[in-house]
Amino acid sequence: MFKIVSAEFLAPEVKRFEIEAPKIAAKRKAGQFVIVRISSQGERIPLTIADSSVERGTITIIVQGIGKTTREINEHKAGEFFMDVVGPLGLPSHIENFGTAISIGGGVGTAIAFPTAKALKEAGNHTISIIGGKSKEYVILENELREICDEVYPTTDDGSYGYHGFVTGKLKDIIESGTKVDFVLAIGPIPMMKAVAEVTRPYGIKTVVSLNPVMVDGTGMCGGCRAVVGGQTVFVCVDGPEFDAHEVDFTLLMKRNNTYRSEEKSALDKHVCSLDKQFAEAINN
Amino acid sequence: MAELTKKERMQIPRQPMPEQAPNSRNKNFTEVNLGFTEELAKLEAERCLQCPKPKCVEGCPVGVQIKDFIKLVAEGDYLAAASKIKENNVLPAVCGRVCPQEEQCEARCVTGVKGESVAIGRLERFVADYERTTTGIRQAEIKTKTGKKVAIIGSGPAGLSCAGELVQLGHTVTVFEALHDIGGVLIYGIPEFRLPKEIVKAEVDALEALGVEFKTNSVIGFTDTIDELMTVEGYDAVFIGVGAGLPYFMNLPGENYNGVYSANEFLTRVNLMKAYKFPEFDTPVFDVKGKNVAVFGGGNTAMDAVRTSKRLGAANARIIYRRSEVEMPARIEEVHHAKEEGIEFVMLTNPLEFLGDEAGWLHGVKLQKMELGEPDASGRRRPVAIPGSEYVMPIDMAVIAIGNGSNPIIQKTTPDINFNKWGNITVEEATMKTSKKGVFAGGDIVTGGATVILAMGAGRKAATAIDEYLMENAVIQ
Ligand SMILES: Cc1cc2nc3c(=O)[nH]c(=O)nc-3n(C[C@H](O)[C@H](O)[C@H](O)COP(=O)(O)OP(=O)(O)OC[C@H]3O[C@@H](n4cnc5c(N)ncnc54)[C@H](O)[C@@H]3O)c2cc1C
Ligand code: FES
Repeated sequence: MFKIVSAEFLAPEVKRFEIEAPKIAAKRKAGQFVIVRISSQGERIPLTIADSSVERGTITIIVQGIGKTTREINEHKAGEFFMDVVGPLGLPSHIENFGTAISIGGGVGTAIAFPTAKALKEAGNHTISIIGGKSKEYVILENELREICDEVYPTTDDGSYGYHGFVTGKLKDIIESGTKVDFVLAIGPIPMMKAVAEVTRPYGIKTVVSLNPVMVDGTGMCGGCRAVVGGQTVFVCVDGPEFDAHEVDFTLLMKRNNTYRSEEKSALDKHVCSLDKQFAEAINN
Repeated sequence: MAELTKKERMQIPRQPMPEQAPNSRNKNFTEVNLGFTEELAKLEAERCLQCPKPKCVEGCPVGVQIKDFIKLVAEGDYLAAASKIKENNVLPAVCGRVCPQEEQCEARCVTGVKGESVAIGRLERFVADYERTTTGIRQAEIKTKTGKKVAIIGSGPAGLSCAGELVQLGHTVTVFEALHDIGGVLIYGIPEFRLPKEIVKAEVDALEALGVEFKTNSVIGFTDTIDELMTVEGYDAVFIGVGAGLPYFMNLPGENYNGVYSANEFLTRVNLMKAYKFPEFDTPVFDVKGKNVAVFGGGNTAMDAVRTSKRLGAANARIIYRRSEVEMPARIEEVHHAKEEGIEFVMLTNPLEFLGDEAGWLHGVKLQKMELGEPDASGRRRPVAIPGSEYVMPIDMAVIAIGNGSNPIIQKTTPDINFNKWGNITVEEATMKTSKKGVFAGGDIVTGGATVILAMGAGRKAATAIDEYLMENAVIQ
């Protein structure tokens, strides 16, 4: 059992948890993830380690409630427990002093990019963050990023905050303004990562993305997390999760991630129904 | 009752295993074999000729004292029989169910020369079940605590048997397991209908009661390295029993379509994560109801996968194997059960390509017929493609069950352990010692994919060597 030390919403459906896991806290490096399971009927969900504190013996994860399990995770409060947390899994981000590095996060991807942005800054890069959201309330971790980055640009699809448009628009502006960009990290929805790869490709800017396939064990035992990079099949959980954006077959990843869509939908509908029922019962009582 | 003569014994027919009817069991996940009753067990035990020099024991990788335990069964002293088996085998309820007895003990049994061999496996299972369901699994005696700490990595049969031996010898034992549950392949690979998880759990609980500590969610190499276990955490010796655990794919076009699984993934979803109870359990698996399933391979894993898919409701569940049935490595019992359950066997056929639709879903496989040519290195006749024999079979789900390589996590994180070119740990055969001081290894990580009993035997052998190593060091210090 892993105790939740603190829990708070950062945006609608996006919750940050600090969890007691001293071993993982001492070991983890930027880019690595854990797998969380919340009950004996639960599924195994991979979540990037957003931060850690060796002194407190805690790790931080940031969860977007999309399906049944992630929503159930987000119903947890401080003082409660997660049943299983295993890690740190995956290879750490490759960090060096590239020169100027741009870290791009879309939605909850900002949380996943956060530790690597921090590591890039610590390695001496001039670090720029572009953080995108549908609208203002979905732009997360801006203050935290301002503390560690040289420049931070929020963007919103609806123009309610910061740059009006997609993260790729802002990225193009920066590149075209003549800033010499040496490295780009992009983490977010697959279409966003694919679009970023297309923006940087003509400039030959080294670009890395973090992939989020469906996983089971997270140790290379099942092959469920396979993706194609540079024409080769890889197991994302052990060979990644970060890969060269210009080599990733995003279309395949997107299709594979649809494998359980109808099961996920039916599970979520049931879950939402039961919440509605609980709510109705609570009101009637 | 008067002693039976040899002739009388030989006239008793081999007692069949009571089992669920094929047409109902292929729709549920409860165990296929129901087990002997006391009467059947006694009768079967009477068939043993009590040879002065029994050959059966030579066929048992761990040397269970077969004739002695069978004699106790014939006398009705089942608990004493259980103790007898456990002198050499700590997991009899498991082995009685999954061991390939037909190639081991039973293959050597003299009654099998003219008639049918004694059903040693069924008796072993009966005895173990009798003990578990009457008195509960009885504890062995534990020697005085030695104060020595041993870390066991991996909780499959190799790790469990090593842990059981060492704790009885008085050592403090901790088992580290990467997954959230204990048992290795016994829990994530072999299905409920062949090995109920409750039985594995009872064995694990018994080890816990003896004092073995289990730490799940511990991927050694990541959560702790072997060096950290030995220096920081103070373990005096380490046993590595991490199994095989790296699924092979066939590198065919279309292998990444949705609906193509490795056997490990398919079986893990269904067994460990209980996807057959979705949505009561949260993990889904491809919905095969009314669909066509093809499983590629001819081993136990392939049989488990195909029989599982049938139980999940597949309209057609097929084994596709490139050699012929006689070359299939699966246990005869599994093949026989599969056929009874309506599994179709498509032999001498090899896949060339998976076919799918625009959205990425599998809908067929291009196959080629084969014929048997000259024997290859394994001594089995090599399958050769028949030109012009290609055809397309419509399928909705494919499971690749062609074996496992070894998972590289330990290799990558422990540079001073020697591995061979296939990624298996090299050990000294008599002691299971690796090239790193105080570190031993056994099971599938050493042999490549093998059997439960060989893994257990290796764990046991290593335990003896670890005990010697620890006690030797104790004297020096
Ligand atoms: C589907 C299937 C059916 C089979 N049927 C039969 C049968 O009928 N009869 C038979 O005799 N054999 C059968 N086998 C083979 C048999 O199961 C194996 O030979 C046996 O389980 C090997 O035991 P092991 O202890 O070496 O490894 P495993 O059982 O593989 O256990 C290894 C354990 O180590 C854990 N682990 C791996 N890496 C790490 C790490 N870095 N840190 C911590 N833990 C780790 C794994 O999660 C796993 O739990 C079957 C195998 C499969 C896959
Ligand atoms: S999640 Fe199973 S191999 Fe990656």
